[in-house]
Amino acid sequence: MIAYIIRRVLYAIPILIGVNVITFFLFFVVNSPDDMARMHLGHKYVTPAAVQNWKEEHGYNKPLFWNAGAQGMDKFTDTIFFDNSVRLFAFDFGQSDSGRDIGYDIHQRMWPSLAIAIPTLLIGLLINITFALLVAFFRATYIDVWGVIICVTMMSISGLFYIIGGQFLISKLLHLVPISGYDTGLNAAKFLVLPVLVGILSGIGNGTRWYRTIFLEESNKDYVRTARAKGLSERLIQYRHILRNALIPILTGVVVVLPMLFMGSLITESFFSIPGLGSYTIDAINRQDFAIVRSMVFLGSVLYIIGLILTDISYTLVDPRVRLES
Amino acid sequence: MSLPFDYVLLKTDLLFYILILAALGYAFYASRHEHLLTPWKQVVRRPLGMSAAVILTLYLVIAILDSIHFYPRLEGQDSNGGGEYATEIISAFDVLAAPLRKHQEKTYSAPFATHLYSKEVVNLPGGGTRRVYPRLQYGGAALDNPATQEEADILHRSLVGAGQALLAWAAAVLLLVVLRTRQQRVSLRRCAADMLAGRTDVPWRSLLATLAVVALLIGISINLCTAYHIFGTDKVGEDVFYQALKSIRTGVLIGTLTTLVMLPFAVALGIMAGYYRGWIDDAIQYIYTTLSSIPAVLLIAAAALLLQVYMAEHANDFTSLVVRADLRLLFLCLILGITSWTSLCRLLRGEVLKLREVEYVEAARAFGVSNPVILARHLLPNVMHIIMITVVLDFSGLVLAEAVLSYINIGVDPTMNSWGNMINSARFEMARDPIVWWSLASAFVFMLGLVLSANLFADAVRDAFDPRLRQEQAGW
Repeated sequence: MIAYIIRRVLYAIPILIGVNVITFFLFFVVNSPDDMARMHLGHKYVTPAAVQNWKEEHGYNKPLFWNAGAQGMDKFTDTIFFDNSVRLFAFDFGQSDSGRDIGYDIHQRMWPSLAIAIPTLLIGLLINITFALLVAFFRATYIDVWGVIICVTMMSISGLFYIIGGQFLISKLLHLVPISGYDTGLNAAKFLVLPVLVGILSGIGNGTRWYRTIFLEESNKDYVRTARAKGLSERLIQYRHILRNALIPILTGVVVVLPMLFMGSLITESFFSIPGLGSYTIDAINRQDFAIVRSMVFLGSVLYIIGLILTDISYTLVDPRVRLES
Repeated sequence: MSLPFDYVLLKTDLLFYILILAALGYAFYASRHEHLLTPWKQVVRRPLGMSAAVILTLYLVIAILDSIHFYPRLEGQDSNGGGEYATEIISAFDVLAAPLRKHQEKTYSAPFATHLYSKEVVNLPGGGTRRVYPRLQYGGAALDNPATQEEADILHRSLVGAGQALLAWAAAVLLLVVLRTRQQRVSLRRCAADMLAGRTDVPWRSLLATLAVVALLIGISINLCTAYHIFGTDKVGEDVFYQALKSIRTGVLIGTLTTLVMLPFAVALGIMAGYYRGWIDDAIQYIYTTLSSIPAVLLIAAAALLLQVYMAEHANDFTSLVVRADLRLLFLCLILGITSWTSLCRLLRGEVLKLREVEYVEAARAFGVSNPVILARHLLPNVMHIIMITVVLDFSGLVLAEAVLSYINIGVDPTMNSWGNMINSARFEMARDPIVWWSLASAFVFMLGLVLSANLFADAVRDAFDPRLRQEQAGW
């Protein structure tokens, strides 16, 4: 098991190098530091001296990959690639283009993101599984047919409408909770209710339909037929046999997204002005702060790979037949 | 002698034409091969799927009409002299919807309004000024006294439109019944009764019911939209109904072109990885794991930033706003394609890993058939169902993604009509008092129509093509 995990972590390194090369290529080769400087300083009336100055301030005045003028190891380390990409491996994110410490910002903004993402995930999971069980229990009846049609309709509505509709109905018409904002400590609760509610609601269509398929697939298996042949009641079969076995694909599906919860939701956080990592990313995109976007790309890939590894491990934990040695 | 228009071929137009030709080619090929036709015959039997197909067709027709671009000739030029062309590119759809496009008001006005949404200072005839809601230039302009006449006028126009629509629909139904009667050699009454009771293979009853609804909507809206702004006007006074209709092309193109762009890579790499295994498999797996581990939104954002820098540097290359917006749309499709091909590639690899051990592939190898031929003739046709299902399922997701991306300003060009841009502007309109809700509402209705029917159609296609589901026939 431990050997397997170590091997998987080692496999992750070339992938992260690949991610870094791609982002570096996108941000520095296609789009040279000169372009960036001109973009930040405004396109017209920029003197070459101002461009040089901006590059020097941000440390972008070095060679891209290979510093021929330096001595020894500095030939490799005193370059933009080393400064901006290799350092990411040590989670040293450096400074944003506006001069703030990115690592500190990420640390600060992680918590509001989690405060929304975790309740949304857990309550949403519970609701979706309940609905899916209900619909699957009444399979091939009108409840099932209409349940699926409602699910398809709900998932055909863009998430943006759920947010705008929720804000309008609950905050503007009913004045139950503030429209947007954030506070520290327990005071945050009143700001979190609406985003969590909207997040759950917009996920119901997709989630219920997906879990219904899992339940139906499971209920076509032989052991269910055996249980029925033994004369077990339909309710017992549903809860004791189908639900338990269906939890394997459901839980492993949840494990994949667990690490990504840190990244927060771009849209929700920006609509509700919550100072999480999602709105951090959006602000960076809008301000064209390449340093932050680059850091978030790296962080996102790391979390994605952790999610994949966790999924494989969780398979062995919930299903003893799966072995990881191969 | 010069044409009444100067044709322009935008890049996305060209790709869209290629896609339509490819789809027609596939339809022609499939119609002559029974095994390709069988699943489609199953799709055709699904009432809900066919109703969705009717609505999808309507969207598609509008998108196609809106993809024929040209410079119109300026009015007032003689027809055989060297006419001057306008500098603005318009589409065939714009010509059809000319009244909508040209009925420009000053600023916001509510649906069916006859007055502006904000007060203006007007000079009274007898001297002095007053702040009033001024009359609209086009909305309900034919009425002398809107307060008393408007309802009757709207009712009259709706009835006329509904009547025309029902007449056209009835003619179509009659034609269909007569054709079917002659084809099946049964009595006219028997044929009509079968259709009404839903006893036909093809679900004509739901098909015709959907068609009736669509015809009514079209008939009524055509009659109303020339005299009123049925979805109101936006900040600069443009008709919102027109914007929502123009957005159809953007949505449809993003849903289809992205697939066209990613399909060759996903299919070729996926099949190769599964078939050759070894280092080729490793390399391809490495590529798609790396690409899929970059968060899609961030990759798109990075690419959008790059394009902005590029366009700012080469501002002189773009002669027209339309050309510029078109390039951005194409680029967005490319980037969405790059982020979305990995899942199909992984699916295909897994399937081919299983298929390569099957007897017919072994037999082909034993006969000395070369590898590329095995890939193209033996493996590709047998993974076609996965490709078909993925293409149809991805469509609605891409339409929804466009709205989100445009909302965070990394989607289509802000000057381009799209539902995402409409929602984006609605954020500020919702904060106004009294609120301006119609932009948002019409974007909602039009988007829901496209995405919902795409989802329902995708379900029908998936059920028909997925061999695992083929035994259990769903009833609806």
